[in-house]
Amino acid sequence: MTHWLSASETAAHIASGELTAASAVDALLGRIASVDGELGAFLAMDPRAHDAAAEIDRRRAAGEPQGPLAGVPIALKDNLVTRGVATTAASKMLDGWIPPYDATVVDKLRAAGAIIVGKLNCDEFAMGSSTENSAFKRTRNPWDAARVPGGSSGGSAAAVAAGLCAGALGTDTGGSIRQPAAFCGVVGLKPTYGRVSRWGAIAFASSLDQIGPLTRTVEDAALMLEVIAGLDPRDETSIDAPVPRYRDALTGDVAGLRVGIPHEYYEGAIDADVRGALERAKAVLVERGAEVVDITLPHTQHALPAYYIVAPAEASSNLARYDGIRFGHAATDAKSLQDRYMRSRAAFGTEVKRRIMLGTYALRSGYYEAYYKKAQQIRTLIKRDFDKAFQHVDVVLTPTTPTPAFAFGAKATPIEMYQADVFTLACNLAGLPGISVPCGLSGDGLPIGAQLLGKPLDEATILRTAHVIEKVLGIGHPKGLA
Amino acid sequence: MSQLDALLGTWEPVIGLEVHVQLATKSKAFSPSAVKFGADPNSLTDPLVLGMPGTLPAFNRGALALALKLGVATGSKIRARARFARKHYFYPDLPKGYQISQYDEPLCEDGTLEIIHTGVVRKIKLQRIHLEEDAGKNMHVGAVSHVDLNRAGVPLVEVVSAPEMHGAEEAAEFMRSLHRLVRWLDISEADMEKGQMRCDANVSVRRRGEDRLGTRTELKNINSFKFVHHAIEHEIVRQIRQLERGERIVQETRLWDADAGTSQPMRSKETAEDYRYFPDPDLPPLVVDGGMMSGTLRGMPELPVARFDRYVRAGIQPDDARTLVGERALAEYFDETVKAHPGEQSGRVIANWILGELLGALNAASLGIDASPMPPSRMSELVKLVEDGTISGKIGKEVFEESFKTGEAPAAIVDRRGVQQISDEAALWEIIEEVVGANPHQVQGYQAGKDGLFGFFVGQVMKRTGGRANPVITSDLLHKRLGR
Repeated sequence: MTHWLSASETAAHIASGELTAASAVDALLGRIASVDGELGAFLAMDPRAHDAAAEIDRRRAAGEPQGPLAGVPIALKDNLVTRGVATTAASKMLDGWIPPYDATVVDKLRAAGAIIVGKLNCDEFAMGSSTENSAFKRTRNPWDAARVPGGSSGGSAAAVAAGLCAGALGTDTGGSIRQPAAFCGVVGLKPTYGRVSRWGAIAFASSLDQIGPLTRTVEDAALMLEVIAGLDPRDETSIDAPVPRYRDALTGDVAGLRVGIPHEYYEGAIDADVRGALERAKAVLVERGAEVVDITLPHTQHALPAYYIVAPAEASSNLARYDGIRFGHAATDAKSLQDRYMRSRAAFGTEVKRRIMLGTYALRSGYYEAYYKKAQQIRTLIKRDFDKAFQHVDVVLTPTTPTPAFAFGAKATPIEMYQADVFTLACNLAGLPGISVPCGLSGDGLPIGAQLLGKPLDEATILRTAHVIEKVLGIGHPKGLA
Repeated sequence: MSQLDALLGTWEPVIGLEVHVQLATKSKAFSPSAVKFGADPNSLTDPLVLGMPGTLPAFNRGALALALKLGVATGSKIRARARFARKHYFYPDLPKGYQISQYDEPLCEDGTLEIIHTGVVRKIKLQRIHLEEDAGKNMHVGAVSHVDLNRAGVPLVEVVSAPEMHGAEEAAEFMRSLHRLVRWLDISEADMEKGQMRCDANVSVRRRGEDRLGTRTELKNINSFKFVHHAIEHEIVRQIRQLERGERIVQETRLWDADAGTSQPMRSKETAEDYRYFPDPDLPPLVVDGGMMSGTLRGMPELPVARFDRYVRAGIQPDDARTLVGERALAEYFDETVKAHPGEQSGRVIANWILGELLGALNAASLGIDASPMPPSRMSELVKLVEDGTISGKIGKEVFEESFKTGEAPAAIVDRRGVQQISDEAALWEIIEEVVGANPHQVQGYQAGKDGLFGFFVGQVMKRTGGRANPVITSDLLHKRLGR
């Protein structure tokens, strides 16, 4: 039953000799083989996992120094590049592509001793909120197989929730870590923009994308962030700031903490169970000495339209490289260069095509000012809202999503789907750190997430706050999964 | 009067140039692959150059230092926060589907390039100088196309002139001046044959007296100084002819075909691409701080046109001065030689020696001025020996050749060979007496008015002295002795 151990516990058990890395990894691979056929979280396994684990055990026996994640089985969203292991971003466009290099976060995980077990399903090129846009398979929510795991890091959230890895990495462009974490009842952390190197994260929207952990505990999120954060000369947008030992922030003490409640996030169509769960989360903090402050983030309503200009515009540019010339899917029967482009790029899924067209339109000569530039200006206003709010509060508490996980096919139109991310977008537009932590179950037994947003580079405070909520309102593992 | 000259009575050409210059960095603009000419195809690549998913650009600050030099040398306004922008188009030689360039926030604006045209300095306005990355190369072999990405990602500056040149020769001179400047500043080798410097030209014509610019065409693929002249002149004539036939000029891009000596339309404005520029979100603003600016200013050498002016003021012929500043090492060589041998007339004399003897010998030996076996100190030593009369000019040339070949010091050669000039009047008088005594007929003839015989007597004196007789004194004494 080692699969329910947290990453921190797994590392401790391996360090103490109670558990070998090889047995932990082998047990997990067995569990994946039996459970994942139904769950559908994994797209590819790393055949080197067992050998890497055996090497950790050898090092321990030899008394060699070990990293903080030595022997801990970790899985990666499939838009993170792994040398020698197929990386597809859940797109037909990259079917069969074997990268010749590792993402910086993969380098860092390996250096910390983590065992990469495999690659996880997601929405194609991280575009979506349900993982239904994967070109390859459906991933089910471990709490209710009829419901989506959220997205785009749905495979990551589902695998962590189902005990198929001790922790996972996802990417978050508009909520793609926090929203599936909320749907699957796990912790999902989107770090400050630039906190974690994007080198090796297949770009969706470069000014919004950020890699972060999905874990079963807040402590694990803190531990994984310690490992993956830091300046990287290969990513010029990465921030040159020291990486604290985030686990030290988990004191259980929130006395005097000022918690901002933005009324804009509590209006409109929010599920009653979600409202109730958020009230309880607030009460937990107040009981422990935190102070609740009503705040306003007046430009919140513009976050969604601004996001759906910026993100598609950047995506249309980032996805221009998939032209069927050097890697990935290529049409072989093309009659001309133009024809080759057209036929090769037909391999994109519907949502990806939609966003490429939106973005291409927004960047057209003569339209740039009216769309992309205007959206960037709105971003500045949204960021200012937060700057002002953070003069009075230390964290902002909101629901992660308006509702718990929805059923497959429930979102009939793109706009309905986009609105599932309404609470998570502003965080990316402002470049802030945000975390989703489980804070209760709905009447249907579905997880509900509380979102905490922090000041830039102040991951410590949102982790500390989430840790207190977790201790009191933690929801355990999905029923029906041993 | 040529055909073109006749047309130019009525029509005025207006030319603007866009010149791409590769920057001589060791690695590419945004990734660690090496920059090298002539390597095996696709040997200078990495995941970023190949446009692989997940890669990010990291700007090579070395390229900024080089571009700044050009910005400062052209008196451009340097933007304290410039930005990279993405320029999108689909082509197999562009792996990312966009080129990292600069758009509305370029590094440099409003500079001037000084050119030396018909012996005078003329200032051509530069609209902008911006940084960007080069594309790869498509190669077509029969029905198959290959892509070589060695060139992809090489840092470039694009220098854009204002449309204020009025002839093909002036445009060619702009290219030569820019070529000279970037080499002078060690920014680029700028070898056009290797594609390190390339030129697109915007050409229009209008009736003289007209203020408004005519419809322009853009000529691409001009890859030698000669073609700059040919292509632009050809386009001027083509446009004038068309207008004179009452036809309109179509705004279009035309590809220069050097072999055919003509251009063909590539694409018209109607089908022109929309590049969908936007600031590259992967690259933060390019900040140029005071330290970088002052460092660039401190390292700025005297520029070629300033040096040209100085030389002309020192009395050197403009053509010679222009040749001397054609290459920084040559001008340095000249200055060092003059410094070792200062004097009122030295500049002119030394220029003659360097441009005549030295360059001739270097050319014959296929050597650059940097590899001259004769350093400036030896050169000035030689000039001094001639100037102070130790040796004659003629012997000087022999000594030069020997010193160039063997590396021996000129003074040592003169000593060893005993070729010092004879300027002692008594000694020369004695020899003249001998010559006169031995050639009575010629003496008679000369005195009877055959002026041409004077040279004969000089020659005889030279013969008896092994060419060492001082020609000026010899000539004076001969006139005295022969009575005319």
